[in-house]
Amino acid sequence: MVATFEPKTNYKVVGTRPIRHDGYDKVTGRAIYGGDMKLPGLIWGVCVRSPHAHANIKSIDTSAAEAMEGVFAVITGADMPKAESKLVDLGEGNINFKWASNKLMADTKVLYKGHPVAAIAAVDRYTAEEAARLVVVEYDVLPSVTNVVDALKDDAPILLDDLVGDDLGEDVHNTNMAAHVRHEFGDVEDAMSSAAHTIEREYNMQMVHQGYIEPHNATATWDEEDRIKVWTSTQGAFPARTQIAGILQVNVSQVKVTPLEIGGGFGGKIPVYFEPLAALLSKKSGRPVKMVMERTAIFETTGPTPGARMIIKLGADADGKLTAATADIWFEAGANPGAFIGPAAMCVYAPYEIANTRIDGWDVLVNKPKVAPYRAPGSPQVAFAMESAIDELCEKAGWDSMKFRVDNASKEGTRRGDGVLFSKIGMEEVLEAAQQSAHWTSPIGDAPEGKKRGRGIANGYWFNIGLKSSANLSVNADGTVQLTEGSTDIGGSRVAMAMHVAEVLGLTAHDVRPTVGDTESVGYTDVTGGSRTTYATGYACWIAANNLVEVLKDRVAVLWDINKDDVDFNDGVFSSKAEAEKTIGFKELAGKLDDLGGPANSTGSVDLESAGDGFGMHIADIEIDIETGKTDVIRYTAIQDVGTAIHPSYVEGQLQGGSVQGIGWALNEEYFMTDTGTMANSSFLDYRMPTSLDLPLIETVLVEVPNPLHPYGVRGVGETPICPPIPAIANAIQDALGKRLYNTPMNAGSILEALK
Amino acid sequence: MATVFLPYALRKYANGAERVDVPAKNLRELIDNIEAAHPGTKSHLVEDDKLKPGLAAIVGHVATRRGLLQKLEPDTEVHFITAISGGLL
Repeated sequence: MVATFEPKTNYKVVGTRPIRHDGYDKVTGRAIYGGDMKLPGLIWGVCVRSPHAHANIKSIDTSAAEAMEGVFAVITGADMPKAESKLVDLGEGNINFKWASNKLMADTKVLYKGHPVAAIAAVDRYTAEEAARLVVVEYDVLPSVTNVVDALKDDAPILLDDLVGDDLGEDVHNTNMAAHVRHEFGDVEDAMSSAAHTIEREYNMQMVHQGYIEPHNATATWDEEDRIKVWTSTQGAFPARTQIAGILQVNVSQVKVTPLEIGGGFGGKIPVYFEPLAALLSKKSGRPVKMVMERTAIFETTGPTPGARMIIKLGADADGKLTAATADIWFEAGANPGAFIGPAAMCVYAPYEIANTRIDGWDVLVNKPKVAPYRAPGSPQVAFAMESAIDELCEKAGWDSMKFRVDNASKEGTRRGDGVLFSKIGMEEVLEAAQQSAHWTSPIGDAPEGKKRGRGIANGYWFNIGLKSSANLSVNADGTVQLTEGSTDIGGSRVAMAMHVAEVLGLTAHDVRPTVGDTESVGYTDVTGGSRTTYATGYACWIAANNLVEVLKDRVAVLWDINKDDVDFNDGVFSSKAEAEKTIGFKELAGKLDDLGGPANSTGSVDLESAGDGFGMHIADIEIDIETGKTDVIRYTAIQDVGTAIHPSYVEGQLQGGSVQGIGWALNEEYFMTDTGTMANSSFLDYRMPTSLDLPLIETVLVEVPNPLHPYGVRGVGETPICPPIPAIANAIQDALGKRLYNTPMNAGSILEALK
Repeated sequence: MATVFLPYALRKYANGAERVDVPAKNLRELIDNIEAAHPGTKSHLVEDDKLKPGLAAIVGHVATRRGLLQKLEPDTEVHFITAISGGLL
């Protein structure tokens, strides 16, 4: 049975904006990141990478590199432990350790440009890089495929000879199609044929990267007792431990992962890359090994989000009610199976109530890096297609697109495209807030000469997840509380965790000192991802705080020589139920604990089913230079149901960050691939991400519909905001130019082409 | 009685039915009863006496964290969908 909570409003800490505990360390440079790691005897590791996107490895000669002075160890695919090809549940996602291992180091075949074929550890980075150039690899180059259309042709080169595709439950061999899934409800054919208005359009999107600033890194030791210690930048120390252990074929208890500060991840730091390689190099060299990835390799070999081809068809009756929808979704998985077609299916129709729906999704291998989660993986792609189609349907029928969204909004009892029923959700409240927002109620203004302006709106959805989290508390003698929690802190979650504890204990947020624990200092905690962290780890902190109150009631009972059941606790003060004047504050009690039983500690843990569905609407005003095709975003507002905002600044930051990433995806970002499978723009100079100079302040409207599944009403918020920007920009371009773009990026060249 | 929304790939075992009503006290019993009525379904849902990796069971509104031990209230909806992220790392 799932616990539910009544909404509250009389908070003392929740909803305030204390300075984050790690703020000073971050801005002064004292915070320790992976690049800062130093250990006695530390040596450097680098990879030798394939220059080809698809090739058989005929031979590798590492002898010259091994003989070079200063080189301590060389590994190739032959050194990688052989894992069974089997799907293993990893909490947030699944893993096939054979494929995961092969992704990190090629065995007999390279599957993407930059695929590692060897790794070298040497006395310093420059020696290692020089030795890498001495490794001689003989390749038999194969034709490559870089998009889903080519990959599914009958004569397409096959990436994985042993792949067995799943086509609606039937095995398929000699294929690049890893999976084909379908969801179908109602009578789609009949509803579509009887619809008064229909529209069918195709949309295409290129891969884009998460664009985190801090490179992937790992420092590892493998000692004489086969104990492996890893310091790394990760979105989850425990899932990283599971991956490292599985790839290296050791027990999880042999691996200790210490998460360091993280300079961005957005999903891309859930998979491990260097961690197992650094460990193997350490085993071979007997020294600690550090590896830090260069930017080109980050683009070419780590976690982009899938490129996509999508066909959406919608049907509506004469009164403007959606009656039918179909979606065909092909996602690029990269070189191993695992595109995000499942989440795409969950999300594509989520903001709308539609009685008759079909979704088909295909997970397709291409000679590009294996995709990784990126903020609501799969949802921004289908939001672009669905929300563009919604607007175009309204244009065709002469309907107001805001009213249409309101009239067709999903609500409690609506079924998602995969059939699952919504419980209490905030889609309608979001649309109401959007219509009342300062942005929506203000005119866009006249464009300067030579420019055109347009306004676009779009909905977005992410389902948010729960899963496992743990937290420990201990009371210090000065009345502060030490909090150790398992979620790596990407966006200010430490302070939100402290606030959960402080609210229960009647303390300030700064009376609680939060630390992110390693895998041997706190209980299992799933990834910082899935918009789960404040929800699930905060919940664990809330439980730990309430458990601590019970521990302290025991101590008060000893102090006053009364029964524990006669001790009350409110707003940081313990009192006697029998004698109201008998009270003691939390801090005073903390100073007396030595005489009352010693250390007072508690723990909290959860394994939660859901974090509450997240809905948002964005409004984008743009200005397009007709001569150059350049698009400027001149005003932008993100409106979202956030449940309860524990620390509103960081909730607003999530909405702003997601919006900016979505705007970059809409207007500029893409993997620009050559015919031979090489990314032509693998640097931040050529891969154009928006900066603060490109954008206005992103306005936010926090709609608070408390989530009944969380004690304070928290909903996941981090992923929904990247979903609406791409279609909001597309709809704004249509509004400005009267031209609709169906492919991303919608850059200056695309706009000039459309204007011809 | 639980109402089970069959994954599309399993509907062929149930004459194309979108949903079937199945008596069961918990998820294990439910899957056994589906298999008894529609042979061929269980191997798509269970592996090594657990829900198959990559698969999530939605009971009511939420994805159960109790696996086959999940108790079922009367008149509950059950869905089997791609697990959470749906992604392979």
